[in-house]
Amino acid sequence: MIFNSPALEYGALAPLLVIFGAAVIAVIVEAFVSAKLRPALQLAISLGAVILSFAQVLRLRGTQSATAAVNSVVVDGPVLFMQGTILVLAFFAFLLLADTDAFAAQASAIPGSSEERTALQTGKIQTEIYPLTLFAVGGMMLFPAANDLITLFVALEVLSLPLYLMAGLSRRRRLLSQEAALKYFLLGAYSSAFFLFGAAFLYGYAGDVSLNAIRDAVSGGSNNEAFLLIGMISLSVGLLFKVGAAPFHSWTPDVYQGAPTPVTAFMAAATKVAAFGAMLRIFYVALGGAVWSWKPMLTAVAILTMVVGSVIAIAQRDVKRMLAYSSVAHAGFLLTGVLALSQEGLEASLFYLATYGFSTLGAFALVTLVRDSSGEVTDLNRWVGLAKRSPGVALLFTTFLLSFAGIPLTAGFIGKFTIFTAAYDSGNIAVVVAGVLSSAIAAFFYIRVIVMMFFTDAQDDTVSVTIPSLYTNLTIWIAAIATVVLGVFPTPVLDAIASLAVFVR
Amino acid sequence: MNLLTSMGALPLLGALLIALLPAANSKLIKQAAFAVSLLVAGVGFAAAFGFDKSVTEFQYVERFAWIPALGINYQLGVDGISLILILLSVILVPIVILAGWNESENGRFSVKTFYVLILILETMMIGVFAATDVFLFYVFFEAMLIPVYFLIGGYGSGERQAAAVKFLLYSLFGGLLMLASIIGLFVISGNQIGRTMDIEALSTLQIDATTQNFLFLGFFIAFAIKAPLWPMHTWLPDAAKSATPGTSVLLLGVLDKVGTFGMIRYCIELFPDASRTFTPLIIVLSVISILYGAFLAIGQKDIKGLIAFTSISHFGFITLGIFAMTSQGHSGATLYMLNHGFSTAALFLVAGWMISRRGSSTIAEFGGLQRVTPIMAWSFFIAGMSSLALPGLSSFVSEFLVLVGTYTRYPVAAVIATFGIILAALYILIPVQKALHGPTTPGNENLPDLNKREIAAIAPVIAVIIFLGFYPKPALDIINPAAIDTISRAGFSDPAPVVGGNK
Repeated sequence: MIFNSPALEYGALAPLLVIFGAAVIAVIVEAFVSAKLRPALQLAISLGAVILSFAQVLRLRGTQSATAAVNSVVVDGPVLFMQGTILVLAFFAFLLLADTDAFAAQASAIPGSSEERTALQTGKIQTEIYPLTLFAVGGMMLFPAANDLITLFVALEVLSLPLYLMAGLSRRRRLLSQEAALKYFLLGAYSSAFFLFGAAFLYGYAGDVSLNAIRDAVSGGSNNEAFLLIGMISLSVGLLFKVGAAPFHSWTPDVYQGAPTPVTAFMAAATKVAAFGAMLRIFYVALGGAVWSWKPMLTAVAILTMVVGSVIAIAQRDVKRMLAYSSVAHAGFLLTGVLALSQEGLEASLFYLATYGFSTLGAFALVTLVRDSSGEVTDLNRWVGLAKRSPGVALLFTTFLLSFAGIPLTAGFIGKFTIFTAAYDSGNIAVVVAGVLSSAIAAFFYIRVIVMMFFTDAQDDTVSVTIPSLYTNLTIWIAAIATVVLGVFPTPVLDAIASLAVFVR
Repeated sequence: MNLLTSMGALPLLGALLIALLPAANSKLIKQAAFAVSLLVAGVGFAAAFGFDKSVTEFQYVERFAWIPALGINYQLGVDGISLILILLSVILVPIVILAGWNESENGRFSVKTFYVLILILETMMIGVFAATDVFLFYVFFEAMLIPVYFLIGGYGSGERQAAAVKFLLYSLFGGLLMLASIIGLFVISGNQIGRTMDIEALSTLQIDATTQNFLFLGFFIAFAIKAPLWPMHTWLPDAAKSATPGTSVLLLGVLDKVGTFGMIRYCIELFPDASRTFTPLIIVLSVISILYGAFLAIGQKDIKGLIAFTSISHFGFITLGIFAMTSQGHSGATLYMLNHGFSTAALFLVAGWMISRRGSSTIAEFGGLQRVTPIMAWSFFIAGMSSLALPGLSSFVSEFLVLVGTYTRYPVAAVIATFGIILAALYILIPVQKALHGPTTPGNENLPDLNKREIAAIAPVIAVIIFLGFYPKPALDIINPAAIDTISRAGFSDPAPVVGGNK
């Protein structure tokens, strides 16, 4: 028997290879470099890798259709756009990670134990967050590029496993953080099982794991439909869990709340891009022919997600939980883009993902600034009167909230407009009406936060806004500028997406 | 640069300038804001004089591609109806600034912020009337809410936050329904003529009846909330009671007109068939508004609440005139928008002065002001008479036109609406009698009369009210061609008068 080594197109894989290579180096650095040098070095490696990888993405932008690594990875316009988006978001997420003392000194030390105290006092702080994030970024970049079910599953796990750990690394309120991590891990493992189950059925249906083969089998239509349906449903469960769609959203608030805020920011912004990227590819490329089988189901899920996210968010008293439910509602809006199943839907989804990512990053970055002596204050009741003490923070947070609410002149509005236009164009008017009505509900809780910050007097003076460091400041301002500029002059980005966004089939 | 863009950009630049002034020097800030608003009013008059009354097309048109990927343009232009409303806005802003010289002092935010918000609002008001691209209109329509929200919530009195939130949520809800309709129109335009949001291009679309009805409702509900029409009015009295008098003037005088303006420009022009379908329903709602507003106004103990409910009654008249679908009704409705703007401004400003002098807004607390403060009392009296449409004052002309225009098509509605006039006499004369005449209420003996600044602010308003009452021709000359044009393009014709011969 002769084994031929597979031909790997290194050029096309370069963005991924850079990130994974840097992740491995970061692990070695973590093991061998002294604690004093580590933080700066790790940050340099991470940012360098992100920039290098981004340069590779730019280099590849002309090549609009290529497959690599024996057809298991595809490089096309949408993939490059999503990889670019993830990298930009990751860049700013690294700045946030570097800036705060949000992470446990020694994750392995039991909360409240003497080891923990010693580690804090001696300054022996582990920086494993950097390699973990790099691995997650790599997984996220691979997820929308995967061209067969096996690669898809590997990417899913590569992005998820570091995130499970990262969610548990909070320095303060460690038990809450660890609980969140465990919850995320258990539910995530469960959904991975569903995903694998679905993949197996689809393999049984098509006799192949590649997305193209599944598409051919669907259009051929001679195979066992039951396998297709079961496979499709199970696979969808796995994906819907990752994007946080109802009824698979219940992990979102707990994890968003428990995880260290910089991690939440990264997770909320970048995971959504990756997961929706994969979802778009699967439904557009592989299952597009079976649209009448999945459209009713996904329509119901989209409407449920929008309504559940918007309604439950009203009852939240914690800013991170509120943003979590708001992200659930946004997952619903994004699902309308998947449902449109058109070129327009794809373009609108890409734009929405990019703008939502920026606003989310900015909003969570601001959350890290509002503190009292024991750390971040996320209780909304203690945010009252914030505008009096720090009008800048309140105004910027208002900008992000208005963007989430989809008020004109913010990026969120253009995103909503384009994605609902795509949905309406595909004839799915019910989803548009549901989306508009849940936007009206959602506006209520965004406005309530604005009222609290601007129009209510503070009762408690222990809350203060820390002066942001250069890194956090940069992140917040870039996010705010992106939110406003993409709302007023979205043309360059829309044009760029339009010129890129054709899925390779 | 084009006149409309300059007019819209001026206040925004003024707001920037004021933002750079030192916050401590509040006098300078006020003077700067006043100067900017006067300048804008000057540009507004220049636009009015340069306006060609014989043409019914949009004038001062300008057009730049804004988001070419979506076929959206930055596109402005005015016809007679929008020109009149822009004039109303640019005249009222300096008057409001002058009249409410001190009302920014006790706010939650600084004096500077108040004037920045007012000037930003002025830009939005000009934009919302001048936009001829539906998307651009929507942007102004929604973005306008934010300065108003902060003006009510930050500088008002009483339950100001609750009122501000209620205002915002009602408006946002309507706005989002309208957004769904706009998206619908956008998609239909893409299927028929290539994606566009140009209002003139959109009015040529062929839309089937069911779709048209739904799209119409999306727009109409948004505008009916804004105008406001019964039963979507409940935010207005709260907002008017809580806002400062100046904000209330802009809110009722101009912002609410966006609703009635939108009904003409968007509902009727874009969906003529659906307008026809819904006309009976809307006529009924208008008549209910007229009577309901009037009855509740009679029962009001709070002077600001009184003015708010009279406005609901007046907006009933305006909607009635619009949906009577006759050229007289339309002319009357548009003139009514203008006149209501001025008479409400006069009422609110004088009421605001009365309230700040007396420290109470309850009507019963006043009494015998005629003797103590004659100028203030006379101003209130004339404003009140204008509100009840006394012949010789401006509102009479418009109310008469609306009723005549309605009678030719809907005689029953016109007759019932006439009762609104009788009730108007009640809701105005009772407070006039209580507050101005009779013995002076103890505690009111030493109230100061209007000072020079206040007289300077109210005099032009009263002059306009009297002038347009005797000689409405300048305004009607601008309005009539546009009104007739709207009606005919929507496929309506005035009912032929029934001529009875001699026997």
